[in-house]
Amino acid sequence: MADPYVRIEGVTKTFGSAPAVDNVSLDIYRGEIFCLLGGSGSGKTTLLRMLAGFETPTAGRLYIDGQDMTGIAPCERPVNMMFQSYALFPHMTVEKNVAFGLEQEKLSRSEISERVAQILDIVKMTPFLARKPHQLSGGQRQRVALARALVKRPKLLLLDEPLGALDRKLREHTQFELLAIQKSLGVTFIVVTHDQGEAMTLASRIGVMNHGQIVQIGTPLDIYEYPQTKFVADFVGSVNLFEGRLVEDEADHVRIRSEELDAVVYVDHGITSAPDVAVAVAIRPEKIGIDRIRPAGGENVAHGRVKEIAYMGDMSIYIVALDTGKLVRVTLPNVVRRAEDRFVAEERVYLSWHASSPVVLTR
Amino acid sequence: MQALRKHAGRRFVIAVPYLWLTVLFLIPFIIVFKISFSESRMAMPPYAPLIEWRDGVIVGIKLYFANYRFLFTDRLYASAYLYSIKVAAVSTLWCLLIGYPMAYAIARASTAWKNLLLMLIILPFWTSFLLRVYAWIGLLKSNGVINNVLLALGVIHEPLTLMQTDFAVYVGIVYSYLPFMILPLYANLEKHDTTLLEAAADLGARPWRAFLRVTLPLSMPGILAGCLLVFIPAVGEYVIPSLLGRTDQLMIGRVLSDEFFANRDWPVASAVAILILILLVVPIMLFQRVQKSELEAPR
Repeated sequence: MADPYVRIEGVTKTFGSAPAVDNVSLDIYRGEIFCLLGGSGSGKTTLLRMLAGFETPTAGRLYIDGQDMTGIAPCERPVNMMFQSYALFPHMTVEKNVAFGLEQEKLSRSEISERVAQILDIVKMTPFLARKPHQLSGGQRQRVALARALVKRPKLLLLDEPLGALDRKLREHTQFELLAIQKSLGVTFIVVTHDQGEAMTLASRIGVMNHGQIVQIGTPLDIYEYPQTKFVADFVGSVNLFEGRLVEDEADHVRIRSEELDAVVYVDHGITSAPDVAVAVAIRPEKIGIDRIRPAGGENVAHGRVKEIAYMGDMSIYIVALDTGKLVRVTLPNVVRRAEDRFVAEERVYLSWHASSPVVLTR
Repeated sequence: MQALRKHAGRRFVIAVPYLWLTVLFLIPFIIVFKISFSESRMAMPPYAPLIEWRDGVIVGIKLYFANYRFLFTDRLYASAYLYSIKVAAVSTLWCLLIGYPMAYAIARASTAWKNLLLMLIILPFWTSFLLRVYAWIGLLKSNGVINNVLLALGVIHEPLTLMQTDFAVYVGIVYSYLPFMILPLYANLEKHDTTLLEAAADLGARPWRAFLRVTLPLSMPGILAGCLLVFIPAVGEYVIPSLLGRTDQLMIGRVLSDEFFANRDWPVASAVAILILILLVVPIMLFQRVQKSELEAPR
């Protein structure tokens, strides 16, 4: 692989005594959309602010395009940031806001107006160039903020919760626009978000952060289908976690006895772990099937009764209470329109899943 | 019925300040305005009535414009007006130059420091204004604190003349009115969103340019409010120039008081007062416009 465009090397940032970012090392490549995903206080925003230069690392080094960023002021870094609050200058028009960055580069007037016009065209804000920020809607402000950050043609754009202030419909729409713009301009994006849906659709790779550390890096598919820790499995999407004990550990399969599930889980791939160790089995809600009659085969089946049903339109969420008391979440797409065939509350059902579905987690 | 009572309550609330302003400002103003068109005379009261009554019927109104004409013919008044404006303008500028960094520092300080620093700004008000101006005499006079320290340090060999100078008046006004500059500036700067400065830095602006392009324009309402709060009372300032200022050049406030108390020429004194007011109407209206736009500004 090529040299990383952004290299984060053992970076730690402490505020007072508590580390906000704890010894993070990370490589980000040219043209990527890298999402830092984490809850509040996970250190994702602090990491982003260190890249922009607003915070100084307590330890470690940051390199952008091979250049050490230590001691380089924000105004001299080859990066631009789109702020969560957008931070548009309230006393300037849209045009002036976007031109601000170019004016600092001492470009000629004609070049500035040309580039401003070009970028406003890309974000479709040309009709609003004479407006002040308070005369714009949330979505329009978001576009201006994006244009203002992109007009300087940065190689790296930092986006802090870029879609956080938009309503749901607009978010989806803007997500795809953001992707299209990123592709056409070839800018490397680092996006900070707490919204896993946003991270999933935007990112080429996701770094999940917790307590100042990166707990897993991977493609959206990796993160969702192959979480490495209980935290990641639980944070990204919803998941059913069953505590259990490894009873059979072979190269091509394992068996796990779970008291919570009152069943043996057969997993059709090996794991690297010592036998008889405490593990957790993670199964995604959409990977569990519901039947009225017991499916064939003794393993990977559990028995319970439907406790609650949440109808979401495109799918329904069933909360099934096992005989052990454990609650299991199952989602089923509503493939047919007729409601008669669907499961009803208090109905006794069998839950089953494919042997490839469970993820065995030791941490 | 209930709506009516609600209405009455609202009217009452509005009526109180209107009543206050009418009784204590509008009526006195009308009286002063009336006196300024009267002829001076040695009597009690020391001016002639405007309206002549005979048997309950108005037989004549006599408007006497000579008071105003007098103000334009005697150079003393023009010179006092211009000097007052100059003193007020220079003092306002100094207040701004000193007050802006102070207000900025307070607005950026931590909450604990902020409260302490604001307290210190307001603290001088706990001592009488007059006493504080007198204290400056002790500092500025030829055998005062400043001269004695400088002499002892060997910086100077004979005392500087600090009293009865323009410098002393500027010091007195800047010292007294500085809080009126700092407080509105602070109120404005404190509201500023610091991420705007981060955004400016991120877009390549050095701190000084970010200040000029972002902070300064956004603090314009605060600057105007502070300047007017200093300029308007400074123009009519009476105590400070009387105690610290030159004896050969009077400010208009002093002229007004002299006309009234020393000359007992109420009509001319009233005319001077009316002209000060006219002079200040422009900045006062400006101030009101700024306040209005501050209130309407989107957050």
